[in-house]
Amino acid sequence: MPIVVNRPKLTFAEKCYLPSIFAGLAITWKHLKRALFNKGIVTMQYPEEKWDANLPDWYRGAPTLVVDENGREKCVSCQLCEFICPPRAITIKPMEIPENDKWRKVEKRPEEFDIDMARCIYCGLCEEVCPEEAIFLRKDYSITGLNRAEMVHDKKTLYKLGGVMKGLTFKWNELK
Amino acid sequence: MDTALILHFLTTPLVFLIWTTFLKTFILLNVVLGVVSVTVFAERKVSAFIQDRIGPNRVGIPMTLLGGKKDIPLWGLGQMIADPVKLLTKENFVPAGVNKFFFWLAPKLVLLPPLLVLAVLPFGSSLFGVEMTIANINVGVLFIFAVTSLSVYGITIAGWASNSKFPFIGGIRSSSQMISYELSLGLSIIPIFMVCGTLNINEIVDWQIKNGWLVAPYWPHGFSLDQLLHPKDLIHSLIAGVSLERFLLWIPMMVSFVIFLVSIFAETNRLPFDLPEAEQELVGGYHTEYSSMNFASFFLGEYAAMFAGSGAIVSIFLGGWSLPIIPDGSHGWFWGLVNIGAWFAKVSVILLFMIWIRWTLPRFRYDQLMKLGWLGFFPIALFNIFLTAIILAVVHH
Ligand code: SF4
Ligand code: SF4
Repeated sequence: MPIVVNRPKLTFAEKCYLPSIFAGLAITWKHLKRALFNKGIVTMQYPEEKWDANLPDWYRGAPTLVVDENGREKCVSCQLCEFICPPRAITIKPMEIPENDKWRKVEKRPEEFDIDMARCIYCGLCEEVCPEEAIFLRKDYSITGLNRAEMVHDKKTLYKLGGVMKGLTFKWNELK
Repeated sequence: MDTALILHFLTTPLVFLIWTTFLKTFILLNVVLGVVSVTVFAERKVSAFIQDRIGPNRVGIPMTLLGGKKDIPLWGLGQMIADPVKLLTKENFVPAGVNKFFFWLAPKLVLLPPLLVLAVLPFGSSLFGVEMTIANINVGVLFIFAVTSLSVYGITIAGWASNSKFPFIGGIRSSSQMISYELSLGLSIIPIFMVCGTLNINEIVDWQIKNGWLVAPYWPHGFSLDQLLHPKDLIHSLIAGVSLERFLLWIPMMVSFVIFLVSIFAETNRLPFDLPEAEQELVGGYHTEYSSMNFASFFLGEYAAMFAGSGAIVSIFLGGWSLPIIPDGSHGWFWGLVNIGAWFAKVSVILLFMIWIRWTLPRFRYDQLMKLGWLGFFPIALFNIFLTAIILAVVHH
């Protein structure tokens, strides 16, 4: 059903614009004056001031690899993340864990694990798909490099960024 | 011997006129282009402050590039240099399918008129006996109207030559905008001719020095520096300034001033009348397809037009280079410089006002502007002429 909206009857003052123009000028003048004395400014001076402390727990920053509390690499090189990654940012080279290793029982681990951060879109699918809870998106967001090679995170960097993840994690948190 | 000959040659009237004119043109042009980049910076700063932001505050002296530890930010003043450098070094992209000749012509047509207007504006009294107007012609105001109307061609041609829909709409809007305000712009100025009796801007300024600024309802009569020492004369001149004619004339002068001011906003395509540009609707309007220096010409043209428009407002309504009490350049070069400074200061105030308005008011709708021009300002300006005539006829005699 159509709703009829009548045009409001404007007074002469409203029709000739001038009063509202002056009112508007007064408002902007107030802001200008305040900002001149450095008050009421909302800008955050980025590289010096950061919002990091306020990042939420479910923030999706750079994907990283983690070790458990015993220092074992959690990744078993199943390559599920490599297959699901939409922009194909992940490249894994699996290897068999040698006979004499403490974690021989795990059988496999990555020999090389590269994530091309120039490709990664921070979608978090790798974290979702990982059956071993080995890959997590942490809070680092300022990833820079001077060329493409520098933008690739290798296994060492990934473990350094990821650190230790103790115990079981509730990966299926409703915000993730 | 040689120097004496050269001096003699340089001071023969015609040669003197030629070289001083060239010198004035050169200096004014450079000063104005400098002022333009300061205006752009001021615009960014003021807009930031009005929106509770900081604005450009980093680009200063890049000490880190020279091997230093820290840059000197200088409150972001380096932005004034960084902006043009960026525009100059970008690729000047010409899309396929444009009409090449007109595409290149349009930016020049936009930049030229405002710079030509500067020629007739008296930006100071005199310096070392040289008049501080590049061309003191007796149809000054008409010249301004004639030349500024040309800038609309630049915009329309840019829109048409770009061979693209948004620039085209921008160009069309610009031409229809022009016919709706240009008329009231011309009519609003007629009462001034009736009061001052001249079309020469220098003479309008002289009239205002004698009789007070046109926007003032009251002006002390025969005010001067020595009077400050003699309170009796001062009071006498303050009282002598009160006149009924002056007060009545103030009404049409104010109406003219408001119409002229608003029309100048439309003339310079500034918000609230920047319909040809309208970033949000037209992606930048007539200069959508332009880049690099061609775009910079439009940019420069807009700000130079702002400057020229403010100069016209100041010269016609706000007493030009004159300030009360301050003597003119015939009393020594110092006062000549003060007069020039006064003119630039007044122009800066109007420029700041334009920026302030831009960040306050939303854009007018297309039909609203036409309505304002045809049904608002046009009849008011016509009526204003008759009102002035009646006041002059009844009170003057
Ligand atoms: S976050 Fe997404 S894009 Fe980035 S590595 Fe994981 S799956 Fe690939
Ligand atoms: S990170 Fe997870 S999904 Fe990726 S290879 Fe290792 S175990 Fe598999």
